[in-house]
Parts: sequence; structure tokens; C-alpha cells
Amino acid sequence: MTGAATPAAPPERPWTGVGTALVVPLVSILLALVVGAVVIELSQLLTPGKGFNVWLPIEAYRAMLEGSLGSWNNIVNTLVVSTPLVLGGLSVAFGFKGGLFNIGAQGQFLMGVLGAVMVGVALRDTTPVIAIPGALIGGVVGGAIWGFIPGVLKAVSGAHEVVVTIMLNYVALSVLAAAVNGPLRVQAAPSAVTLTVGDAALPILFGRNGHTGIIIALIAVAIVGWLLYRTTFGFEVRTVGANPDAARYAGMRPRRIIVLTMSMCGMLAGLAGAIELLGITHKTTASYATSVGFDSIAVALLGRSSPIGVLLSALLFGLMRAGAGQMQIQTGIPSELVDVLQATVLFFLVANVVVKRLLVRRSRTGDTPNARPPDRYVNEAVTG
Amino acid sequence: MSSSPQPVPALEMRGITKRYPGVVANDHIDLDVRPGEIHALLGENGAGKTTLMNILYGLARPDEGQILLDGRIASITSPADAIARGISMVHQHFMLVPVLTVAENIVLGQESMAGRIFLDRGEASRTIKELAGRFGFEMDPDARVSSLSVGAQQRVEILKALYREARILVLDEPTAVLTPQETQEIFALLRRLADAGRSIVFISHKLYEVLAISDRITVIRRGKVVGSRVPAETDEEDLAQLMVGREVQLTVDRGESHPGDIVLRVNGLHARDDRGNEMVRGVDLEIRAGEILGIAGVAGNGQDELVESLIGLRTPTAGGVTLAGSDVTGSTPRQMNEGGVGFVPADRQRFGLVLSFPVADNIVLTSYHRPPYSHGVLRDDAAIERSAEKSIAAFDVRTPSADALAGTLSGGNQQKVVVAREFDRDLRLLILDQPTRGLDVGSIEFIHRQVIAKRDAGTAILLVSAELDEILEMSDRIAIMYGGRLVAVVDGPTANKNEVGLLMATGGHEPAAPAESRITPV
Repeated sequence: MTGAATPAAPPERPWTGVGTALVVPLVSILLALVVGAVVIELSQLLTPGKGFNVWLPIEAYRAMLEGSLGSWNNIVNTLVVSTPLVLGGLSVAFGFKGGLFNIGAQGQFLMGVLGAVMVGVALRDTTPVIAIPGALIGGVVGGAIWGFIPGVLKAVSGAHEVVVTIMLNYVALSVLAAAVNGPLRVQAAPSAVTLTVGDAALPILFGRNGHTGIIIALIAVAIVGWLLYRTTFGFEVRTVGANPDAARYAGMRPRRIIVLTMSMCGMLAGLAGAIELLGITHKTTASYATSVGFDSIAVALLGRSSPIGVLLSALLFGLMRAGAGQMQIQTGIPSELVDVLQATVLFFLVANVVVKRLLVRRSRTGDTPNARPPDRYVNEAVTG
Repeated sequence: MSSSPQPVPALEMRGITKRYPGVVANDHIDLDVRPGEIHALLGENGAGKTTLMNILYGLARPDEGQILLDGRIASITSPADAIARGISMVHQHFMLVPVLTVAENIVLGQESMAGRIFLDRGEASRTIKELAGRFGFEMDPDARVSSLSVGAQQRVEILKALYREARILVLDEPTAVLTPQETQEIFALLRRLADAGRSIVFISHKLYEVLAISDRITVIRRGKVVGSRVPAETDEEDLAQLMVGREVQLTVDRGESHPGDIVLRVNGLHARDDRGNEMVRGVDLEIRAGEILGIAGVAGNGQDELVESLIGLRTPTAGGVTLAGSDVTGSTPRQMNEGGVGFVPADRQRFGLVLSFPVADNIVLTSYHRPPYSHGVLRDDAAIERSAEKSIAAFDVRTPSADALAGTLSGGNQQKVVVAREFDRDLRLLILDQPTRGLDVGSIEFIHRQVIAKRDAGTAILLVSAELDEILEMSDRIAIMYGGRLVAVVDGPTANKNEVGLLMATGGHEPAAPAESRITPV
């Protein structure tokens, strides 16, 4: 390495280039669609007396696309369905960037719902200019608290955020139920339900249900990207995530950054909950039916934790969810097929990492072996 | 050994070529190793030594070329295959299970081949004792590996190879972790193995070792064999030139030191490791501006904890540190950094760099929060890029660009990134922990020259190294650390290697202490 003539630096391996940042997720999606097709065919074979239609998978996917993109209203609905996934995905992705696995987006989402409904109901008779920002902030604060708690526990005692956030998901469920059964309950109602948020409801901008939250989610993508890559705070978050030892050595304060990162995760997921409440349901019962928090993990993984990637993968999963109803009506295939597709995408995504690792190991070159310890497939799936 | 009339080589590699995308790791390499020969494979990091040995060991398949064992073509497809053919490898990082005993480690992987259900511990122990005895050393088969010294662990690795009836033994940088005394012992053992007819491939980039131990030397540079030598007909300069491809100055011309005021003063420092063991037990030292204090010691005698306490990564339990007159005990890494302290950590990949970040980000890793690299909360990417380009040029970092990920650089260039970051400003104190570990001759030469330049510019330098030669070559004064204390300080230029080595190994408490003339207890 010291001679006069420098050898040309070895080019990056083809599968680590920018191209494959897209190839691996795309191949995973494609394979998942193939598996989905096989599932459809098998279910036909195993359901006697209904005949066999070889083209059923194609018809199902076509119906799904029609349901999600077939009309202006359908497209708007797809965006609406994608919106909480974008924000939830950003929440999980931000955690990944900071080296934290936030499984608590679900609980943070519910606390966002609670915070938004509390403020929203209190301000329901003021004016939207006050009520909407107030309710959104209420949701963000609710989520932030639910991110702050595991962050502090991790920083102070080393309690693993995965364990703590999973448990807090259940606590959030109960807190919401207690609040709606107690102080927030409309006394006259036959079952536990809150008042509607009135003036805090997000205005519909386009289509049947295209609320302002769509715009907020897009802005959030830009802000998270800016925060991560243009600010010193983002640099600290990414350094702590990539190498906490080096971060400490470089004079950063990893504990403090962990707390801030988890709080930020909570804010984003809480915002998702607030937007869902203020934009769609406008009130909540004692249990808020959603799987957004868990789907967000899939979104972040498929999006490789990049804000743009999260946006794209949220749109993909949103598209499948939004079109699932149409598929069920037209072809009789249960909308749960979407869960199969989502899980299979993840499966191939992670399997790809395993395959990639095997390839790299086989062709390991030179006198300086790769120093990366053989761990954490998930993190690698996240960052590539 | 080498005088016998050209016997059939135990191992012959003919025209081995291995290409990876963009590089030819091995380019028609020929190598032959005779029975009873110690054959050194000399080359810089990245020259292709390890690739060649991975091919021999079945970890990689050659694109061209043949391997012949005892004159017959062999196709080696896996490590298990290599072992079955009598090829064994002792890796730089030992492949031992610390909680198991010596015997258990040695029979590991062999048990099933014997077709038994239960381990026959008695027989394994007897075999191991007998083997060790045959080659003139002692080994307790029932000792836990974790209780053994590094040198003893290496002997376990070698016993493992012998137990598997290895005829060809490959040792990858075997002396990197040993004291001079342990190195002598391992050399004696290797010689006995060779005399018993074993063939030994000795991979190294240390010139004097290669000259001391081998019967023949093959030098590899950039994937090609550039020369073959017999130790009697060559010397270090010749080998270095072959290896690097140009003339190399092996010892830095460091000139006189002109010590100034005391920069760093450490008083009665105590510190514990993460498990609460007291590793630093009352260290006193002083370093003056423009002087290099070397700390010699076997790894694990408290050097890491001492350095971490000085740099702010660890809080001392007692004692004080003053920097240029002001008390800095218990300061944070950032306070130390801003007080003019540079630090090159021992483990560059763990502490010194973020491998998944671009070189530019690594160059500003400790200063990213200051102008010109940031204004308020905003990073200034253009300023970072400019500074990185400047450092890359000034410190000769071989990288495709400032945007290349640090993890894609060679070890030497990674270290240059760290050095560029830490050296490229005015410093009061520079703490170097194993600054050249694992680097090639050219990079070592470069870094050593930078260190001397820093010293001559009036920086106080603390050099910690397990590489005794580096300490002897660089230091104006040498402190020997043993059991958490500095047991002696000797004058650098006149220090005697064996004396210092003995102090490292014993702390000066053993009988038959060396001549005390130049040794002043602290």
C-alpha cells in the first residue's frame, strides 16, 4: 500500500452498491407475491367443490390494485391508509439508526391516540387553529412519554429496550382502556366511548377522506431525513447507533442520546396515533383496534431505515391494505392474505441477509478479514 | 535440513491464482515447502499471504494452479479435508474455548471421528502429555484454557495440530501477542518440530523474526512472489525492500529530544476495570513537552485502564491527573480533547472509527460539533469534505474518496485516518495506544515519522505498546508496567531489550534480576 504506484482500489462489491439497496427489497416483494400466489392456489386445491382457477392469483392481485388505485377516491384512501405507516415506520427507523429496536411503536401510537383525544375533546369547542395543533401536540407528548420511559431505563440501568417496549405496549392498552372507561367516558353512552374531537378534527383536503395528516406525514419524512443527515444531533444518533464505543470516545454522551432517540421514536409513533384519531375516527372506544405499531416494524425493515425507503415501503403496504377489501369482494380471497404477503416480504428480506452473508464469507478476500462480528441479522437488514 | 539433496517437497503450490472482483489476490504464486523445513512467508498486510493460506486450508478455491502434497496433486475442498491430509493452521486469534480444559480443546472436533459416544478423557490426557513431552515442554491437560498465559494457549493450538497428526503446520503471525521470552520459547519449539520432520509455514511481516527462525524465505508483494531468500544470504534491509518495493528506513531517525516543561503529571492513580478489579494501583508519572514516554508491559497489566483514565473514558478511583498545571482528574473525553489532548486508541475499529461511516465523517468524529464543521445544530458538509480532503492528502490515506466507507480501507489506511484526525492540530499531549498494531512496514514507518515530528513540535507523548521493539525504538524514556504499577523507568536510547523484557515478564521481583545499573525504581 505504500509503493509509488497505487493499485486501483477494489471496486465495491456489486451487492453492496446503491443498486442493491433497491434490488434486495424488490426481489423480496416479488418472491412474496409468488408465495402469495402459491398460497392462493393451494387454498383452492384444499377447498373442495369450488373448482380450480389457475389465474386466480393474478385476478386477486389485479383486484387489489384496482381497490387501491382504481379511482381517485381509492388512491386517496390508499394514501390515508399509508399515512400512519409512514409515521410509525419513521419511528422504528429512527430507532434503528440510533441502534435501538423500538418494538414499542404500538404502545406509543396508543398513547398518541390518548393524548390527542384528551386535548382534542378539551378543545373541541374552540377553533381549529388552536384545537388541531393542541391535539397533535397532545398526541406527540403522549408518544414521547412512552418512548422516554424505555430510553431512560436503558440509559440508567441497561434494561433492554425490546423487553421494556413490548411490556409498555400492554400497559398502553390498559391505560387507554382505563382513561376511556373513566374520565373520558361519555356518561350517557351505552358503552365506553369518548366525545368526538370537534374542532380538532383534521380538515379533509381531497377525495372522500384525504385529511391533512397525509401532508404532515410527508413533512415528517423530510424533517427526519434532515435531522439524521444534516444536523449534529443526527450525526450523534447515527454514531451511537453504529458504534457506541467510538461515540463515547469521540466525546458524545451515548446515554443522553439514547434517551433522546427513544423519545423521538415515541413522538413519531404518537403523531401517527394522533393523526389517525383526529383524521379518521375522531373519538375512541376503550380499545383502539390497530396493528399499525407492529406493521411499522415491517415498514422500517423493508425501507432499510431510510426516510425515503420508509415512505416507499409504507406506500406499498398501504396499497396492499387498502386494496384488500376489493380483493376479498371480487375473488373471495380473505383480506388476511395481506398479512401473509407482509410477513413473507420480511422473511425474504432477512433470508437475503443470510444469503448475502454466506456469499461474503465464501469470497472473503485479502489479509484483513472483515472485522464485523457475526451478529444482529436484523440490524444488517436495516442498514444494508 | 536444507542441505539434503532436493527431496520431494511436502507441499508444493504451483501457479496459484485467485481473483476477486477488482483485485488479483494471488497471481501465479509458486511455493514449495520441504519436509523438516521452516519456510517463512513474508509480506505486508494485504499482500496475499492469508489468501494463499486460505486456499491451502480449503477455505477458498484457487481460480488457477495446483496444490501438490508429497508430489501428488491434491484438491482441498474444506478445512476438514485439509486436516485429514495433515495440514493444520494456528490462527493469529486462537480458536480455543476458554472454559474447557486443554485436553477438551485439543480433542474438540476429533471425538466423533474416533466413533465413540463418550470422551475417553484418560487416553486423551495421556496422549497430550506424551506429545508435549516428545517436543520438550510441559502441559497440564486438565488445566482450563482461560487460566493459561497467551504463550501457553498458543502451545495448546500447536498441540492441537500435533494431535491431529499434522505434517504441515501453518502459523499466522504467531508472535504478535508474545513477549520476547515467549517468542524464544515458541521458536525453540518450532525448531524441534522441524527437526522431527514436520514442515512449517511461518507467516510474518517481522523481518528479524523471519531471519532468526526460517530455513527459507518467500516474499510476496501485491499477490506475486517477488523473491526467495536464504537467511544467510540476506538481511533486514534487503527483505524490507523486497517486501515494500522500495527502500525503507527501518529505524526512524529520531534525533535528540529537547524536553520542556512538564505537561502531564499523574499522582498515585488507581483505577478499576469494568468488573471491579483494581488494575491500576498507584501510578506516578510525568511527561515533559517534546518527550516520548514509552510504557512497556505485557498486555493486561493495567495499561488499558491507565490510558482510559487519562483520556476520560474511565473515572479513576484515587489519585490525580494534571495537564499543564491544571487539575483534569475525572474530565470527560470531550474536555480532554478540547484541552489539547490527542488519543489514538488501541482498538481502532472499536473506538477509533465508525466503519460504516465515510472517511470524512470519521475525520471529524471528535470535532463535528465545532465550527467550521457545524454552525449551531447544522452540519457543514462542505467544510467537512474540504477538511477531509486536506487530511487525506497530508497523511497519505489511500482511499478512493472522502466518501468511501472507513470499513473498506486497509488496516494501515484506517489507522492513518485516526492519526490524521488526532495529529492534525496543535496538541499538548498525545496518547498513543498500540499505534501500529497489525500494520505493515510502510505504514509503521509513516506513523513513526509523524510521531517524531509531533514530539519535535513540543507535544508530550505517551506511547503504550505491546511491541517492545517499537517502545525501544521510539521512547526517550521507558516505564515498565507490571501488576498495575510502573516498576521501573529506564533511559530509552540506552535500554537493553532483554532487561526490559524480563521486567515486563516478572516485574523485577524474580530472583536473578538483571544488572541494576540503569534501572531506577520509581
